[in-house]
Amino acid sequence: MMSLDFIWQTFLRLLAALPLTIEVWFLSIVFGGFVAAGVTWMRVSGILPLSLFARAFIFIFRGSPLLIQLFVIYYGLPSLPFVRHSFLWTFLREPFYCAVLSLALCTAGYTSEIFRGALAAVPRGQVEAARACGMSGFLLFRRIILPIAMRQGLPAYSTEIISMTKATALVSMVTLWDVLNVALKIRNDTLITYTPLLVAGAIYFVLNYILARFFVWLEFVVSPHLRRRLH
Amino acid sequence: MRLPLAIGMSLLAAASFATVAHAKDWKTVVIGMEGAYEPYNMTDPSGKIVGFEPDLALDLCARIKVECKIIAQDWDGMIPGLNAGKFDVIMDGMSITDERKKQIDFSNPYANSPAAFLAAKDSPLAKLASNGKVFDMTKSPAETAKALEELRAALKGKTIGVQVSTTHANFADKHLKDVATIKEYKTTDERDLDLKSGRLDVELDDYPTLAAILEKPDSKDYAFVGPEFKGGDFGVGSGMGIRKSDADLTAKFNEALKAAFADGSVKKYSLKWFKIDTTP
Repeated sequence: MMSLDFIWQTFLRLLAALPLTIEVWFLSIVFGGFVAAGVTWMRVSGILPLSLFARAFIFIFRGSPLLIQLFVIYYGLPSLPFVRHSFLWTFLREPFYCAVLSLALCTAGYTSEIFRGALAAVPRGQVEAARACGMSGFLLFRRIILPIAMRQGLPAYSTEIISMTKATALVSMVTLWDVLNVALKIRNDTLITYTPLLVAGAIYFVLNYILARFFVWLEFVVSPHLRRRLH
Repeated sequence: MRLPLAIGMSLLAAASFATVAHAKDWKTVVIGMEGAYEPYNMTDPSGKIVGFEPDLALDLCARIKVECKIIAQDWDGMIPGLNAGKFDVIMDGMSITDERKKQIDFSNPYANSPAAFLAAKDSPLAKLASNGKVFDMTKSPAETAKALEELRAALKGKTIGVQVSTTHANFADKHLKDVATIKEYKTTDERDLDLKSGRLDVELDDYPTLAAILEKPDSKDYAFVGPEFKGGDFGVGSGMGIRKSDADLTAKFNEALKAAFADGSVKKYSLKWFKIDTTP
């Protein structure tokens, strides 16, 4: 059947674009995570200028559409001559780095709020008990606050990661050949309207299903105290 | 409450039946264009779509005595939009190609202009022997091949910008992909931004479209470079895209086009917007 063959050919072409989608996704999650950790630290540092900077960062990157952020970075920054003549241009010239940068900054805005919420959810009593045992500073953070906060933040963080796989579809707007852009090209070239989009949708769906299962497993692993004991 | 609603619904149903029954009378024809393919069609500061195609469309519609409404539609999704019934005619510098003919019908061509390259004035491409010469890919394949060879050598390692799913994109894919990087854009505006920021070395597009870019104030460092091509991969020119089921409309517009060619109207609009005669 011709249409089954078309679906298969489309699937293969989209699969070839999957590495780029995953690369953009992975790098922006990693960089976004680091930026988010820094922003969270500033936000809860108690030092007014740092906290204000963190608030402004979150306000801007959580408050505006990702597409606008992407366009400002990809099309907006090069319109400033000093950007084009600086060392930054080596990176900003490439749509790939522009995409990673804007996705990372955007997810950092959301993630740092998730981190902050997770920190705030650490029970005061646990921290006090740790202090009573003589823990303080980094030891207290590493042994008590961080593990509890990570567990608390995991469900919200997994949602953010899953929504990021879908956000990567926006990079098709800056000439990158990700899964969606290849689907749009097939759609435009063959004028077969729905099939390429449905195949692309299915690929994102499977990707997110795998991620969702992974986080279910991870939650299970990090919360042994919530499992029913066998005896 | 029930009764008025029921009456309203049946009136609505009757009304929609009425429109379906009378659709073939063609009182109004909706024409889809991008509003961003200067000078074929563009959006003026007040939001109105103006250009060569709006002028021609209104002329043709007057000839066949229908009221025409022009709406903006992204290039990306133009043919699916037509087949889905969002509008009745495509006029967007759309080249008549065999691939597109499988999906829609075309009127006779109303414009045919060569494909050309645009780059910085100091680009090595500006010094080619074939500079500014027009090659007909159908009529003179030998000369075309020679010009292509020279062009390919000059484009080695360059980045070329085209609009997605155009005859230009197909040409670049077919002849230049192995020597240069091809970048595809959803709109020509986005592509022009990347040329000016330096992400692109060369643009490949329709001659009048590139000429319109050169007229903008920040384009003084750019010029036409290399050879120009027509025929062959670029088809016989641009026509009005019309649904296969509306053969009557295609016939009407063909009649109107014939008359508009005969009295020089098409040429008049071409000279007004393109500054050159693009009648096929």
